[in-house]
Amino acid sequence: MEIPYTVKPRPDTGLYNAKVGIWLFLASEVMLFGALFSSYILLRVGAPDGFWPDVATGWPHGLLNIPIGTFNTAVLIISSVTVVMAWAALKQGDFSKFRRFMLVTLGCALGFLCIKTYEYNEKFTHYVIRMKDGTAVTGHLDINGHSPRFWTLATITDKKMTSVKVHVDVPNQFRYPVGMKRPEVSHEAGEHGGGEHAAREIKTADITFLQAFVPATGTFFAIYFTMTFLHGLHVFGGAMVLGYFTFFGRKMYESDPERMTNRIEVGGLFWHFVDLVWIFLFPVMYLL
Amino acid sequence: MHTATTHAPSHGHGHADAHEHHEPGFWSKYVFSTDHKMIGIQYGMTALIFLFFGFLLMLAMRQQLAYPLKPIPIVGNFLAKALGDDMAKGGVMQADLYNAFGAMHGTIMVFLAIVPLAFGAFGNYVTPLQIGAPDMAFPRLNMASYHLYFWGGVVMLASFFVPGGAAKSGWTSYSPLATLADRDHLVNGQTMWLIGMVLLITSSLLGAVNFITTIIQLRAKGMTWMRLPFFVWAQFVTGFLLLLAFPPLEAAGIMQLVDNVLKTSFFLPSGLVTSGGPVPISGGGSPLLWQHLFWFLAHPEVYVLILPAMGVVSEIIANNTRKPLWGYKSMVYAVLGIGFLAFIVWAHHMYLTGMGTKISTFFQTTTMMISIPSVIILTALFISLWGGSIRFNTPMLFALAFLPMFGIGGLTGLPLGFNASDIYLHDSYYVIGHFHYVVAPGTIFGLFAGVYFWYPKATGRYMSELLGKIHFAGSFLCMNLIFAPMFVQGLRGMSRRMYDGGATYFGGGLGADPGILELNKVITHSAVLLGFFQLPFIFNFFWSLYAGKKVESDNPWSATTLDWQTPTPPPHGNFAVEPVVYRGPYEYSVPGAAKDFTPQSQPG
Repeated sequence: MEIPYTVKPRPDTGLYNAKVGIWLFLASEVMLFGALFSSYILLRVGAPDGFWPDVATGWPHGLLNIPIGTFNTAVLIISSVTVVMAWAALKQGDFSKFRRFMLVTLGCALGFLCIKTYEYNEKFTHYVIRMKDGTAVTGHLDINGHSPRFWTLATITDKKMTSVKVHVDVPNQFRYPVGMKRPEVSHEAGEHGGGEHAAREIKTADITFLQAFVPATGTFFAIYFTMTFLHGLHVFGGAMVLGYFTFFGRKMYESDPERMTNRIEVGGLFWHFVDLVWIFLFPVMYLL
Repeated sequence: MHTATTHAPSHGHGHADAHEHHEPGFWSKYVFSTDHKMIGIQYGMTALIFLFFGFLLMLAMRQQLAYPLKPIPIVGNFLAKALGDDMAKGGVMQADLYNAFGAMHGTIMVFLAIVPLAFGAFGNYVTPLQIGAPDMAFPRLNMASYHLYFWGGVVMLASFFVPGGAAKSGWTSYSPLATLADRDHLVNGQTMWLIGMVLLITSSLLGAVNFITTIIQLRAKGMTWMRLPFFVWAQFVTGFLLLLAFPPLEAAGIMQLVDNVLKTSFFLPSGLVTSGGPVPISGGGSPLLWQHLFWFLAHPEVYVLILPAMGVVSEIIANNTRKPLWGYKSMVYAVLGIGFLAFIVWAHHMYLTGMGTKISTFFQTTTMMISIPSVIILTALFISLWGGSIRFNTPMLFALAFLPMFGIGGLTGLPLGFNASDIYLHDSYYVIGHFHYVVAPGTIFGLFAGVYFWYPKATGRYMSELLGKIHFAGSFLCMNLIFAPMFVQGLRGMSRRMYDGGATYFGGGLGADPGILELNKVITHSAVLLGFFQLPFIFNFFWSLYAGKKVESDNPWSATTLDWQTPTPPPHGNFAVEPVVYRGPYEYSVPGAAKDFTPQSQPG
């Protein structure tokens, strides 16, 4: 039994089966991420009036690392170019050229995921602390010279620490919505040069809330982590498929080059979609 | 190993024996099969089991409604032992158990029984045959769909036994209720429900991609779009509904899962306080967001439930009236219209959320508009009966019963589509009566009709007509005795959420209405009776495999469509010769033709 049009296109539709399938699948993916972007809008519009530094209630701005995000965007766009070059190389019948370009694509995918992991770790060691007097700060804890992950107020009380050293963030222009006046900042820790990380001892008794930037910290972080993680899974999945064809595709290429080229085209379409999602995610999460 | 090949009348025994050593082993034939027919049967058997299980959950609930706080007969002690005192102390159904059974009844019936039966089983078995394809476009993806569905079902069943019991916030799982129930258990019923749903949704998405691709790409030579049987059109539109409506629920499910596991606040508002004090969450989320995302799926889902049944019924009516369907083209455009409108009516489930008048006017308008194509299809089917010499066999009886039952279900939906009347009827038994008329005597009758109709093709034997007619008559009577009284109860204001059936509410002197409560007993007894009337079907289904009357030919119903032009049962690859289509799907009683049916594959 032979299923028709697995390789050759059907004359009246001009498409082979897998190409129809991937476009349908991408349509459902559009609905999946579309729903998540819609949720982002609804959550943001409905967010309470609080703002940084009380990231737990309002909609925070500028807490993500824009230079790194920009770099990661470039990494993904490059991978999108190389995946087309790899497909074109297969079309020209040059398997080793295909493999070279595909290795660059996979390198980009790995790089993207590594950078994303680094960014996640940055968030997990970055804290929001709310005080009894109603004020709040963000910053990194300083426990023997480094900031631990995932601490809460309970961690500090369990360790019977009477105070905790915090490198407090100094707000920059990114951290307020456009048009909002930036409050005066006292450079109390001038001995550090008055930069971003003024160290400060905060008494445990004064703290009412302490949490790293994890999903539970606020709806912004909730949607940020959910969407970027889901996107990361897509990058991972796409890289696995493309990687499989890169390393184990030669046999299929030699027996049926057109079939192999189709596979890469379909995988490439998915890869472009994954990039496209990021191209929306980056401005929405980092810049707006 | 014994196989079903001996039932094939169109194969000589020598032929079958020659192929014996090619027979795949048990695992690859029955479990990891990539053949669309075997996958269809897997879907069908699994879905029928879930259908029965979902029915049993409902029986236990109905017992509680008719006889509040009395021990559940037969299974009461078992439930007390298996689920603990919180759920079934002394065999009496506790509120939590009622809620869990209610939520799981809805979930199981919709996602594990009807959709898999209508789309997974019939879609898989019949669609490739009717379009003249050797198999689905992606056979291995098809297998993956079934396995994901199966494991989704296992997760759902396992959820009864986690601490705190299964999900108990309704099949709609509204937050914050769903998120806060059993929050102190790390793995709770709601979490299991969400994991199960993600598996089921993924299964449906892969299935939808596969079905649509198959219909677009694998139509036989000459099978143009307007020569497709209506069943295929119905499956095609159903595929698009699943493909585009399910992902938003997957997104919502993922977000609620994150709410449950990582304690985020996607759907939890600020300042949430329960009896245990303020809930330690960041807040800032939106409970309405869940409802929008949920109903964005769940309204199209209604059409996912009904369209395949309409497709089945259309095939059977055309075949048994020996006439072409009246208005085939109108039906096709109507089903496409339903498919489009289905996406813009969802918020009519949310009139009570305080939406503005402009928004509610929009959704009332679209809701009224979608009834038009539904009525077109139903009217076309009714007119198709006109002047036919009808063969009243079991599939036809079920198909005929579908028409008025779906009619009642659809028409009683109109008052729910209007804001003003919905505010009164919302959350009452009227709603339950309405959608059950659509799905139970509507869709399920359509699917029963399909089982009786295609059984001879799948097995080479008829199901017993006598048992079939007993099954039909009993089910028809009981279904109406169950669901018609619910309209009365609902119009009298009985809420659908009271686990003692309203005994406290009505009995406490608050508008005491014993008549309304008496109806609970009528409904419960009819439900038990309905269960007994399924026994002939179950017996018939298995008994006929071995002892049913053998079919005389490959086309026992003298049908026109390609599914009947295959060997019986169809072998791997389906067709002995590649089929070519020369005509439309319903050329019955063509004047001047040699017989009263002209198969699509007949040249000339």
